[in-house]
Amino acid sequence: MELLAFILVDGLIYGAWLFIVSVGLTLVFGVLNILNLAHGSLYAIGAYATASAVGAYFALGGDIFPLGSYVAMIAGAALVALVLGPLLERGLLRHFYDRDHVIVVLVTYGVFLILEDVMKLIWGVTPLFVSEPYSLLGNVELGPLFYVTYDFLVIAVAIIVGLAVWFVLNRTRRGKVVLAVIHDREMSQTMGVNVDRVFMVSFMIGVFLAALGGALTAPMISVSPGIGVNVIIIAFAVVIIGGLGSIEGAAIGALFVGIARAASVHLLPEAELFIIYLVMAAVLVFRPEGLFQKVQARKI
Amino acid sequence: MSIKRWRRAAGTTATSLLAATAMVGMSAFGIAKAEETFKIGVVTFLSGGAAESFGVPAWNGGKLMIDMLNKGGVLPAPYDKKGFGGMTIEAIPVDEAGGATKQVQEFRNLVQREKVDAVLGYVSSGDCLAIPPVADELKAFTILYDCGTPRVFEEGSYNYVFRTASHAAMDNISLAKYMKSRGIKADTFAGINQDYAWGQDSWADFVASMSNLSPASKKKTALFPKIFAGQYGTEISALIREKADVVHSSLWGGDLQAFVLQAGPRGLFERSQVALAAGDHVIPQLGNKMPDGVIIGARGMNGLAAKPKATPLTNVLWEAYEKEHKTFPVQAPFRMWQGLLGLKTAVEKAMAANGGKKPNDEELAAAMKGLEWEAPSGKIRMVLGGGHQAIQPNAIGTTKWDKDSDKMTLVDIEYYAAECVNPPDGTKAVDWIKAGFPGAKCE
Repeated sequence: MELLAFILVDGLIYGAWLFIVSVGLTLVFGVLNILNLAHGSLYAIGAYATASAVGAYFALGGDIFPLGSYVAMIAGAALVALVLGPLLERGLLRHFYDRDHVIVVLVTYGVFLILEDVMKLIWGVTPLFVSEPYSLLGNVELGPLFYVTYDFLVIAVAIIVGLAVWFVLNRTRRGKVVLAVIHDREMSQTMGVNVDRVFMVSFMIGVFLAALGGALTAPMISVSPGIGVNVIIIAFAVVIIGGLGSIEGAAIGALFVGIARAASVHLLPEAELFIIYLVMAAVLVFRPEGLFQKVQARKI
Repeated sequence: MSIKRWRRAAGTTATSLLAATAMVGMSAFGIAKAEETFKIGVVTFLSGGAAESFGVPAWNGGKLMIDMLNKGGVLPAPYDKKGFGGMTIEAIPVDEAGGATKQVQEFRNLVQREKVDAVLGYVSSGDCLAIPPVADELKAFTILYDCGTPRVFEEGSYNYVFRTASHAAMDNISLAKYMKSRGIKADTFAGINQDYAWGQDSWADFVASMSNLSPASKKKTALFPKIFAGQYGTEISALIREKADVVHSSLWGGDLQAFVLQAGPRGLFERSQVALAAGDHVIPQLGNKMPDGVIIGARGMNGLAAKPKATPLTNVLWEAYEKEHKTFPVQAPFRMWQGLLGLKTAVEKAMAANGGKKPNDEELAAAMKGLEWEAPSGKIRMVLGGGHQAIQPNAIGTTKWDKDSDKMTLVDIEYYAAECVNPPDGTKAVDWIKAGFPGAKCE
C-alpha cells in the first residue's frame, strides 16, 4: 500500500512536469498545424532566462522577500514568449504555412540548432544555478519519505495551466475563435477572423508554456547547454499518446507516462527507459491517432 | 652555337640554377621551420553535455601548460626545457562532440590534412574504442588522455595508441576499499548510474569489489536513468525507500549536479552514505550545495586530493590555473597535464635516441612504450596493455565545507598506490576483482 502511494505521488509529480513541458507543443500543433522541434530549445531558453532573472532578483536585494523569486521566474518565461514568439512566428514560420509539413518540421529543426548556439553565445557553457526557489517552501513528510514542497507547486501549476487552457478554448469567445480557426482556417478568414493574429498569439502562448516548463525546472537542475534535447523527445511521446493537438490528451498522456515510469523505477528499474515507449506503442496499437484525437475525414 | 644562342642558353641555365637554388633553399627553410614546431591535435569536448565538466577545463589546463612549455623554464625540472625537445608546441583543438563516426573523420583530417605529429584526445569511451584501429591503420601516434573504459587494451592491442590515464576500474575498487578501511557501515548498498557503458561498468566494478571486500554486504536496487535525464525525483524516492546504508553513483556533469540539488533537500545524504566515484569536478559549481560527508573520488590523485601531496610541479600549475580561471583545477586538467607531460617525455626520449631530430610515429611509439614520468597527479607508469596503458595512484576523500575559507575541502583522504587498485598486466580488471585482487601491492 505504501509502495503504491509512493508510485502515485512520484508519478503525479513527474506527470505534472511532463504536462507543462508538452502542453505548449500540442497547442501549437493544434492551432498552427506545426510540429515544433524547437520546443525543447524554447524550454531551455526559459530555464536560462529564469536563472538570469532569479539571479538578478537576489543580487538586487531579493533576500528580503525570497518568495518574489517565483514572480521573477514567471517574468523570465513571459519575456521569452514576448520576444521569441512574434520573432519566430512573424519573422519565419509564417512564410512556410503553405509548404509541405516536412519542410516546416525541417525549418523548426533549423531553429532548434540556431537557438542551441544562441544560448551558448548569450549564457556560455558554464552551468547556472538558481536552487533557492526549490528549497524555499520547505519539505512535506509523507510516511518515510520527504518530498520538497516545490514538487507539489509544480503539480498545482500544471492543474492551473491545464484548466486555464481548457477554459479559454472552450468557454470564452476568443477561445471559440481559435477553435473556429483550427476547424477551418479559410472559412474563419472569410467570416472576418484575423487568422494571422490568432496564429501569432497561439504561438506566443505555446512559447510561454515551453519557457514556463524550463522556468519551473531551472531551480531543480544545473542549467547548462543541451538540456532541451531530451525534453523534446519525451514531450513528443506524451503528445503522441494523448493525440496531437489535444490538451486533454496531453494531460492524460503525461499522467500515464509519469505513473508508468514511477512504477518501473520502484518495481523494475531495468525497464525505466523502455516503459515510456512501451506505453506509447501500446496506445498506438489500439488508437493509432492517440487517445483523444478524433479520426478526421480528409478534405479534398 | 652562335654567341647569341650561347648567351641565351647560359642565361636560361643561370636562371634555372637560380630558381633551383631558391627552391632548394625554400625547401630547406621549410624543413627547418617544421623542425621548430611539434603539431598536436587536441580532441576534447568543447560543446555538448561533457564540455563544461571535462572538455573545457581540460582544454583550459592544456592551453595553460602548452604556453608554459613554449616559454620554457616555467615548470620545474625535468620539464623546464622549451616546448617538446626545444620545438614549439602548436596545438590544433578539435571539438569531440558529434559521435564516433564524426570523430574518426576528424582524426583522419588531423593526420592526413593537418599533418599533426601526434593526436592527444578523447573523453568519450565510445570515441576511445573507435579511434585506435584507425590510428594503427594510419600509423599515427595517438594518446588517449581521459576516457575510462578498460576495454581499449583489455580487448584490443595497438602499436601506435597509448592511454596516459588509468582506466575506470580503479575508481570503484578504491571506493570499496575506502569504505572498508574507514569502517563505514555498508550492510546494504544501492546505486544510481547512467544507462551507458560508463555507468554500467562502474556499477559492475563496484558490486564486484564490495562482494569481495565486504561479502556480507547486500546489494539492493540498481537504478540506471538515461544520460542527461535531469529529473531524479522518482529515483531519489526509490533510493530513500530502499534505506540502503550506501548509495553508489558514477553520475557526472549536469546529471550529478541535478541529482545533488534534488537529493539534498529530500534528506538522502542524511539517510545514506553517498559515494561518488568521480564527483570532484562538480565541487566548483555546487560549492556549499554539496553536502558534508560525501565520499568522493576524482579518477586519480587529482583536484583537491592532489593538494596535500603537492609537488613544486603541482603548485606551479595549480596557482596558474587558479589565477587564470578563478577556480581550482579539478580532475580534467590533471589528466590533460599528465598526457602532455607524458608526450613531452616521450618526444625528448625519442630525440635523445635519434640524434635530436623530430621523432616520427614509430620512434614516438617506441619511446612511449613502458614509459614512466612524474605528473601533478603522481607517478604515471605505462605498464598495462603491453606498455600502452597507464596506471596511477588514486585518492578518495570526504567532503567538508570550511566556513573560515568559505571553500569545500576534502578530509580523511586515503591514498592508494597504483598497484593496489589496478590489475597486473595481462589480467582483465573484472577478473582481477573477482579473484580477490591477487598480487595487489597496497601500502
